[in-house]
Amino acid sequence: MAEFTLPANSKVGVGQTYAAPAGAKNIRKFKVYRWTPEDGKNPSVDTYEVDMDTCGPMVLDALIKIKNEMDSSLTFRRSCREGVCGSCAMNIDGTNTLACTKFIDEVKGDIKIYPLPHMPVVRDLVPDLNVPYAQLTSIEPWLKSTTQPPTRERLQSPEERAKLDGLWECILCFCCSTSCPSYWWNGDRYLGPAILLQAYRWIADSRDEAKGERLDNLEDPFRLYRCHTIMNCTKTCPKSLNPAKAIAEIKKLMVERTI
Amino acid sequence: MSVANRPVHRPLSPHLQVYRPQLTSTLSILHRATGIALSVGVLYLTVWVVCASGSYETYAKFQAFNGSIVGRFVLGGWLFSMFFHLFNGIRHLFWDLGYGFEIKDAYRSGWIVVAVSLVATAISWIVGLRLI
Repeated sequence: MAEFTLPANSKVGVGQTYAAPAGAKNIRKFKVYRWTPEDGKNPSVDTYEVDMDTCGPMVLDALIKIKNEMDSSLTFRRSCREGVCGSCAMNIDGTNTLACTKFIDEVKGDIKIYPLPHMPVVRDLVPDLNVPYAQLTSIEPWLKSTTQPPTRERLQSPEERAKLDGLWECILCFCCSTSCPSYWWNGDRYLGPAILLQAYRWIADSRDEAKGERLDNLEDPFRLYRCHTIMNCTKTCPKSLNPAKAIAEIKKLMVERTI
Repeated sequence: MSVANRPVHRPLSPHLQVYRPQLTSTLSILHRATGIALSVGVLYLTVWVVCASGSYETYAKFQAFNGSIVGRFVLGGWLFSMFFHLFNGIRHLFWDLGYGFEIKDAYRSGWIVVAVSLVATAISWIVGLRLI
């Protein structure tokens, strides 16, 4: 059942303010969600005044600067800093995106940073992604075939290969799934946009021979059909992919095979 | 017990509290709200018909309510709900066929549905008043 408010232990309080170094002229405020399992307190939002004259252009640059120079306890995931690994997915200025590809200049006013929405928090900006990973496992994201393997590669025509464009680029950052109200309320049973896009990536692959089995696995009131075309997923995808469209294609295939 | 072994009650990260409303998500929840409004409207219509089958005074009372500010708001809201739910329903049918999923198309169709619903509501309201 959907709960629209946060549980008592999750209500967010006001935290500390870290002032910019003396003499800094070009200051912007970063309001960052903080929580640690160690002190038994509720989450809070800390304010960091960052000197923009000595900071890189991306939100991730600012977070790294804060961690290096102001507060080494700030915790977040990051790796590639160029939008291919999906580690630094977080809620910035009200929508989900990658901190490494989000320009600070795109945000008006204070820069508000929260973990991916409606997820258990491990610490600060690090969400627990065990459930989405388990859901990814459930769709068996690998090529399945029952026929004798060919002696060389499984060939595809350029047209067949083109069907995978817009699907294979997904980096599993879960910006889309955690932007979806349906996934917020039914994330335990609804697979969510990221996983359904992955599911369609294998259904659409001409080399895969388990299409029927894959559709059977998705034919469920919750796993697939909790998608109500809200489209927060497509709007927020930092790779400009279209999970809503992929889900619609799965729904179409479900209809096609019954008529 | 060491810190590492202590059971952790993880907080839930903020969701509705921090997520910026999008046109698409707003129209989506409005679709559901207008659907509920239409169901309630059927009850309203039932009461209306029951009043009409009653005495002249009962019907006059109901009509007086319809003419009041609150009554007009209810009728106007009901009318808008009908048109919005209808036109946005047609938008959903296009989605079901696999069309209109690009963000710019979804925004364009969303604004069109809002505009057409408002215009249809206004026209029906004006024409309705002329007929009485």
